[in-house]
Order: sequence, then C-alpha cells, then structure tokens
Amino acid sequence: MSTKETEIQIGNVKNRDWGKFLRSNGGVLALIVIVLFNIAFTPNFLQMQTLFVNISQVATIAIVAMGMTLVIATGGIDLSVGAIMALAGALAPLIFSSEFGQAYPTLGIIAAIALPLAAAVFCGLFNGLLIANLKVQPIIATLIFFISGRGIAQVLTNGNLQTFSNPSFSYLGTGKILGLPFQGWLALAIAIALYFVVTRTTFGRYILAIGGNERAAELAGGPVKRVKIGVYMICGVLSGLAGLIVVAINSASDAARNGNLMELDAIAAAVVGGALLQGGRAPIFGAILGAVIIQLVKYTLLANGIEDEVALIAKAVIILAAVYIQQARKE
Amino acid sequence: MLDTNAFDLRKYISRNPQSFAVWIALALLILFGLIRYENFGGAYNITSFLNYNSMFIIISVGMCFVIMTGGIDLSVGSVAAFTSVVAAYLSPYGIEVALPGAVLAGVCFGAINAFSVVILRIPPFIATLATMLGAKGGALVISGAQTISVDWGSNFTKMGMEKALNILPWSIVVVGFVVIVLWVVLEKTTLGRTVLAIGGGEDASVLMGLKVNRATAFVYLLSGGCAGLAGVILASGFGAGQPLEGIGWELSAIASVVVGGTLLTGGFGSVTATVVGALLLGLVFNILNFENGKGTISFSAYWQMVIRGGFLFAVILFQAKVNAGRSVGKTQS
Repeated sequence: MSTKETEIQIGNVKNRDWGKFLRSNGGVLALIVIVLFNIAFTPNFLQMQTLFVNISQVATIAIVAMGMTLVIATGGIDLSVGAIMALAGALAPLIFSSEFGQAYPTLGIIAAIALPLAAAVFCGLFNGLLIANLKVQPIIATLIFFISGRGIAQVLTNGNLQTFSNPSFSYLGTGKILGLPFQGWLALAIAIALYFVVTRTTFGRYILAIGGNERAAELAGGPVKRVKIGVYMICGVLSGLAGLIVVAINSASDAARNGNLMELDAIAAAVVGGALLQGGRAPIFGAILGAVIIQLVKYTLLANGIEDEVALIAKAVIILAAVYIQQARKE
Repeated sequence: MLDTNAFDLRKYISRNPQSFAVWIALALLILFGLIRYENFGGAYNITSFLNYNSMFIIISVGMCFVIMTGGIDLSVGSVAAFTSVVAAYLSPYGIEVALPGAVLAGVCFGAINAFSVVILRIPPFIATLATMLGAKGGALVISGAQTISVDWGSNFTKMGMEKALNILPWSIVVVGFVVIVLWVVLEKTTLGRTVLAIGGGEDASVLMGLKVNRATAFVYLLSGGCAGLAGVILASGFGAGQPLEGIGWELSAIASVVVGGTLLTGGFGSVTATVVGALLLGLVFNILNFENGKGTISFSAYWQMVIRGGFLFAVILFQAKVNAGRSVGKTQS
C-alpha cells in the first residue's frame, strides 16, 4: 500500500499544486465548463423549461446518489439500487390499482407509497445483514438483489408495462412548488436531513469512522454492525423513493427499464461529488453536485444530437477521470 | 518452494468442502435429469447445452484468474458483445482470421483494464465498470445498433454449429483446449503462482520481488481475450454479431467462480472447480427448461433472474458458513 502511494506522490510532485486544486474544485469547475458550453452551443439552454426538465430528471439520480454516498463512506458499495427502484416502482401501481386502492383512494395512495418503501427498506436490511453479520463483500452481497430484484418486479407484473392515471400519486413526479418540481425540493430536504445526520449525530460520525478504519471503530466499541446495516437500509429506502418518483413522472411502471443502470449513475455522481471509494468521506451536497454534472452531460449530448451509445462512452470516461483525479486524495 | 506451494494447494482443495459439494451437486443433477427426462441425455440436448455453455465456461475461467488476484472484471459481457460484432465483420475471411481478430479485440479491452488498474491504480471494480460502458457503447457504434449477419459462405459458422470428428461441438473443443492450457498456467508456472500470491497479499508479493504488475496486467488481458473468444462463439453459434447480448454475463461468470469455491478475496482458486461451477449453473437452467416443457411448473423467463439470485444467495450463505468454520479451526490449531 505505502509503496504504491509513494509512487503516486512522486509522479505528482511536479503538478501537485495544480492537481490539488483540481481535486478539491474539480466538480465545480466541470459544472462551470458544462454550463458555459451549453450557453454557447445548445439552443434554448437558458430557459425555464430546460431548468425544469433537468431538475425533475436530476432529483432521482441525486436521491439515490446520496444513499450511495453514505454506503461508500463506510467503504461499501450498493449495486442493487436500480433493481430496488424497479421493485418499488412495480409495487406502487399494483397497490393503488387494486380493489382496495380503488375503494379507499386515500388509504390506497398511502399504502402505495408506504409499502414499496417498506419493501425497499427490507432489501436494504437484507444487504446490510449479509455484509455486517456474514461479512460478505458488499459487491457480492448487493449483487443478489442486483440480479434478482428486477426479476421479482417483472414476475410481479408479468413483465407488463403498467400504465395508470392517478393525479395524486403522480404529484410525486409532476407536482410543483414555487414553479419548480416537487421532487427537486424533496431531494433538497433529504440532503439537508442527511447532512445533519452525517455532521451532527453519532450515527453519522460512526459512518465516517467505519470508512476511515473499520477495525479501529470496532475496537473503540462502536456499533459497527448496526451502523452498516442502517446505511444500507437508508440507501434502500432512498432507492425505493427514487423508483416511485420515476413511475410518477411517467404515469407508467416498466420494471425492465425503471432504474436501469442507476447504480452506475449513482456511483459516478457520488465519486464525482467527492466520495472516496475507500470510505471515510460523505459529501452529501457533493453527491447532488455530481448528479447535476452527470445529468447535464447527458442533456448536453442529447440536446446536441449525439447518440446514446456515444453518451455511454462519455460516461465511462467521466467515471474513470473522476476516480483517477481522486486517487491521491486519501492522505 | 513453488512445488510445496502447489502441493499445499491441492491438499487445500481436497480439504475444501465446497469443491466436493459442487462435484456432487453436478453429478446428482445429471443423474436426476437422466432419470426424469428421456431427451436429457440425447445428442441434441448435450450438444446445444455444451455449445451454449462453452461461452460461460470460458468467461468464467478468465474471471476466475482476475478474482484470484483479488480483482474483478465487470466488462466481460459487453466485451463479448463487441467482439461478436468484430467476428461477424471478419467472418468472410474465415474462422482463421475472425477468431484471432476478435480475441485480439477482446485483449485490447483487457489492455485498457490493465492500464487503468496497474498504471492508474483505479480500483478494478470501477475501471472495468467504465470499460463495460465503453465496450457496450462501442459495440452499438460499430454495429449501428443492428445485429450483424455473418458470412454463411465461409467456414466461420463451423465453430458454433458443427462438431469435431462428429463427436463434440468445435466450440467446446476450443474452449476445453484453452481451459487445459490455463490450468497448466495456474498450477505449473511462476506466473500462475504469482497470480495466487497477489490475491493472498499484494504488498507481501511486491516485497518478495514477484512481478506483481506483470501478473495483474496478465489476468485482465486474459479475461479480455476469453471474452473475445466467447464473442466468436456467440457470433458463430447464432449466425450474427450481437451488440445487445452479454448483459448480465459478468454476473453469471462471477456466480460460476463463487460456486466453484474460489474466494472472492483472492489468493485461492481453481480452474476445474470454476468450470464445474459454470456447468452446474447452466444445468440448473437446462433442467428448469425441461421441467417447463413437462408442464409441471411454468416459469416465465423473468423467474430465471430470481432463481439465479437465489442460487447466488445460497452459495454465499454456504461460503460464509464454511469460512466461519475455517477461521474457528484456525484459532484452535
């Protein structure tokens, strides 16, 4: 470990100042560059409509990315977020379109939000138990739901696209407060709450302690297992919420596509926002910054008529660049 | 010193209950299939089973090498899709050009992974994730998001559709040959021992003067090449380069490796057990298909993923238990 790090440091001596600057402000710089590029080249960029579309899209990435940031802060990773989105998204229409949901619309909506979120928490609990109690590596433990979660959603819906018309449920994805999308405000509220959790509660301090040095945290008598399980449960419930929002935006639930590749977006957003894959840092607002960058890159490519396939390659380059720039961050 | 290592390893395998469990499970499943379904042992089922699973065997073995170093390669599925398109484009020149060409394309992606992991020091998980996206995008770009039909006039489709000496499909013969070579590499060469040593402890391996970087680069190149070979079999067996295939293959490969008893932390692993793991997973689905055909159950295609996940869960539980028992034994001795 130490030999590797000295190598990296020696390699970076020349442009250390530049590198340091880039590392601490890279995300903001990238955002400025993208926005300037769009103002110059993308038609109709500076319009309320553009802002609205981007906020409503970015909110789901940001919500999942915040959960992912907490997981990554403990040195873990959660590949199951996209599958949990699909599962929660498939459950909601099943519930409010059921006989019970039709008979008692209000209760139906409450159940259609609460039960999928409960299922999402359960998925997180499952991940957390495997990781904390059975000491399974996070990549592998979350692989189980990554593989089967979407399958369960498809079995539940027979693979059908569920379309519906339910204005009160759709408020999650199409509602407006002060002219801006409801889910944008929701993401902001979650960010403030999580920021408070990370900086002001013992639970939050333990998240960082586990990522910094799990063994030390354990020897210090910290509730390592409980904190780890809690982190995966939070990530699970946030993924479930994002799944509900996507379904609400579309007024349709497609288990095959809801949250597809979201794990990549979320990891990329967390890393671009400054999370270290080794753990120990939980930049909640960084995750939002990262999500905004990922979304704007997607939007920029799309608005300028570049194909989806090339956008995939661009995303790959962003992830690699972000991780590479951060490599030397860990002192 | 190397010899004693090899000896210890074999003893280790014989002590590893999971290797036994996998062999026994495979034998029992085959027996079950033979008794329950009349066409199970028929030439058609065996040929199509081996043809289809030869792709998974080869990427699983490549993955096994990567995992033994403590790394992971998530790009194999996309790389196989990419190389299947390359193979389809090269098919008019015959298999003797298309095969090396596609494998080389796979090795190129492996080189990108190796560069990211060894030179840039990016964690394998992220590096290969990026390659997965890049290869997927690349496959769609070079194919125009269409399946690319192969040249049926050349000998290209022989690989996936005909049998060597009328006994075994060419695909499994080629894969079998590669697997044997890789088994020798792992068990009998310094390179193979270094791969295991890295997984056992990278820093210690560096301090021992082992060529760690070279061996790490090798496993990613190898995994890329194996994915390339799987791409050739894919294009040859289905008569088309398929840019949209390969989704979830990395998971099947990881599952095969884990089922085979290779530790995900690296440092221990077996080529043969991985092959058996891949066969076992393939067989589970083969039997489910037969069961569907009999009408006793009717599983939609969606169940496949659920069952695959459940299977992985069972194996993880088993491994966790075995490992727990092992560490208890360690503290006692």
